[in-house]
Amino acid sequence: MSTSLSARFESGRAPIRVGVDLCSVADVADSVTTFGERYLTRVYTDDELEYCGRDPGRSAERLAARFAAKEATMKVLRVRDARPDWRSIEVRRDPDGWCDLVLTGSAARLAHEAAITSLSVSLTHEAGLANAVVVATIREQPDS
Amino acid sequence: MITERIREVIAQHGRLAVDVSTLSDTDDLYRAGLTSHGSVNLMLALEDAFGVEFPERLLRRQTFASVAAIRDAIEELHAELNV
Repeated sequence: MSTSLSARFESGRAPIRVGVDLCSVADVADSVTTFGERYLTRVYTDDELEYCGRDPGRSAERLAARFAAKEATMKVLRVRDARPDWRSIEVRRDPDGWCDLVLTGSAARLAHEAAITSLSVSLTHEAGLANAVVVATIREQPDS
Repeated sequence: MITERIREVIAQHGRLAVDVSTLSDTDDLYRAGLTSHGSVNLMLALEDAFGVEFPERLLRRQTFASVAAIRDAIEELHAELNV
């Protein structure tokens, strides 16, 4: 077991990936002011906009957290060049407070190609910054 | 013309850490301070400035990596509009 475990870590084939991103709430607020609906509908899904719009005083920080989650997911997907549509990565909030990620379209395809079996996300926002961490589990490949 | 307008848009919306006038057409904009969220603003501003819409295939990091790369993408989109 120790031999296969060390080989897995040395070759970078650990069965998880982690992505993290930080986003300025003020930058998101500025984007909403400058570009309005074009920005909102280009980046966020209807479900995300509905939730974030429930409390206008907190809308920007919620949007920023979701943008950070999308970018953190991009890192987990290890997008080298072609980026999936931002809306193909969706944050869905459970009524009890935690969030899940739902991938569609090109993001889902990239996840499938990467053998990602599950995704978990955690969001936070404070002092003008929004942060997201995404963890993905990878289907282990048999040792060759 | 296109290059100058691109530089104007970058100056207004790119939020780079340096003055865009100090960058060459091939200098890396990400190294100059363009963030992932900044690239969204830049994309939207370029669409307004040039009357185009970046399709998903051009939503690449490389598309917004330099003034020259942006120019190539806009010229490609303009050519498609003229077909």
